[in-house]
Amino acid sequence: MKKLILFILMLATVALCAANLWWGSLDIPAKAVWKILCGEDIPEHPSWKFIILENRIPQMVTALCCGAALSTSGLLLQTAFRNPLAGPSILGIDSGANLGVALAMLYLGGSVTLGGLSLDGYLLVIAAAMAGALGIMGLLLLISGLLRSPVMLLITGVIISYVTGALISLLNFSATEEGVHSYIMWGMGNFSGISLDRLPVYVLLCAIGLMTSILLIKPLDTLLLGDNYAANLGTSIRLTRNALLCCTGLLTATTTAFCGPISFLGLAVPHIARMVMRTGNHRILMPATMLTGGCLALLCNLCSTLPPNGSLIPINVITPLIGAPVILYVILHTRKQQA
Amino acid sequence: MITLEDLSTGYGSRCVASHLNASLSPGRLTCLLGANGVGKSTLLRTLCGFLPPMGGSIRINGTDIRQLSRKEMSRTIGVVLTERPDVPDMNVEEMTAMGRTPYTGFWGSLQGKDKEAVKEAMQMVGIAHLRVRKVHTLSDGERQKVMIAKTLAQQTPVILLDEPTAFLDFPSKVETMRLLKRLAHENGKTIFLSTHDLEMAIQLADDLWLLSKEGLQSGTADNLSANGSLERFVSCNGIKFDAARKVFYLS
Repeated sequence: MKKLILFILMLATVALCAANLWWGSLDIPAKAVWKILCGEDIPEHPSWKFIILENRIPQMVTALCCGAALSTSGLLLQTAFRNPLAGPSILGIDSGANLGVALAMLYLGGSVTLGGLSLDGYLLVIAAAMAGALGIMGLLLLISGLLRSPVMLLITGVIISYVTGALISLLNFSATEEGVHSYIMWGMGNFSGISLDRLPVYVLLCAIGLMTSILLIKPLDTLLLGDNYAANLGTSIRLTRNALLCCTGLLTATTTAFCGPISFLGLAVPHIARMVMRTGNHRILMPATMLTGGCLALLCNLCSTLPPNGSLIPINVITPLIGAPVILYVILHTRKQQA
Repeated sequence: MITLEDLSTGYGSRCVASHLNASLSPGRLTCLLGANGVGKSTLLRTLCGFLPPMGGSIRINGTDIRQLSRKEMSRTIGVVLTERPDVPDMNVEEMTAMGRTPYTGFWGSLQGKDKEAVKEAMQMVGIAHLRVRKVHTLSDGERQKVMIAKTLAQQTPVILLDEPTAFLDFPSKVETMRLLKRLAHENGKTIFLSTHDLEMAIQLADDLWLLSKEGLQSGTADNLSANGSLERFVSCNGIKFDAARKVFYLS
């Protein structure tokens, strides 16, 4: 039964990928999309080929990877902290990325020269987000060595978020109007910012994070029982927790750097996967979470192209519409269970 | 056989109990008794390998537990702890199967012999009929049995339990203690548990460990009663021990 659901999820992913290629602000017939994918030209509409290859394919792959990456890091964190409301944002990793980007856009004015290397525009944003996220992750790794309790680490993450939030407010306060505008636009999230030539780096980083997460399936299962039971079953708690932090750090840093801070997916998708699969077993839950995350991100991307005038709705306007009801359900369901 | 040799227990830099000497034998149920704060949990956690000994040693069949690898430990000692694993969507069979973790491969998939061990463990504690029930829907007593089944599936010669009867009603307490005694006697396991149920421990355990500020005393209930240790152990606030009837009364 569970394998059948996984198969259906796979089919849904493929269908949504196809829909993302076919559906967009500009109507391109499915037949023409297929021809372009097979390498043929459409002589009467030369721009179609460009739109499909340079725009819709990168956008589809970006959404798919981003959904899978954020959902997986959400699942890893919820299991590690045994807290249903844990997500990539709660540890402060993505607020680290936000701070990096805010520094780059608001303080440095969008360009910086280090020695002979000059960074500006898009590349600077990615470098800054990566540096911010990895910096916070390093800090968390250091702290997790000192703190034995996962709850303390979670609280540290929340405190980090507050501190970075305050610094970002300060930067916003003293920045130019233009800088604030571009920072706000970045913060709304979008899947259309990665061009075809930048796509391989993004996909590679996501793939490394996802593959490493898959390797953690067995220790993650034991962590469900709590640290002491897991240790008694032979799991190295420190090694697993550090590997897990590295994975979530990489996945969150990559997606935030390339797509902006996408909200709710990391928090909500693991719950949807649990509701659908009705199991805590990560051998089933992890692939289900990856596929569900990919599907939802693709669906959000489709929704973002809904306005008829060709403009895109920011992704972070759509994700809370899916995420908020799921979180409400989780809170109510947990209360019911405790009662 | 587990032997404590001049063991000191504690955490951080704080020593909780020191100069502990005692041993646990296979096929026997041993109960650890002691007042709150005397270091029962710390001793149990040290035996489980969660805390390093602060001094002295714990030997299992002659080998210091510090020399055992994580994997060897997981195949030697199974534990039932006071913390309740609250895993939604995990059924009784899946929880029992967690005990097979030290034996399964990289992905944790169950092979034929693992499934057999899980089935046998559930039958031994009498929860086979609850196989597909979600663990969080069970009563405290049933849940405790599931955790015991998990340690049985782990097939360790030693089982350590931290206050396994603490939250149970009286019939469930008796049932759990009887089950543990049967497992020790019939399967030759070394079973060691901490408890506050003094009278039940005296009546059901093969051996007792009495932990107090003065140190650790061990022996059968009869021996400890005969040499006055039990009487001294509880002689506070007007509680007396009737050695002949093995009961406590208020003087």
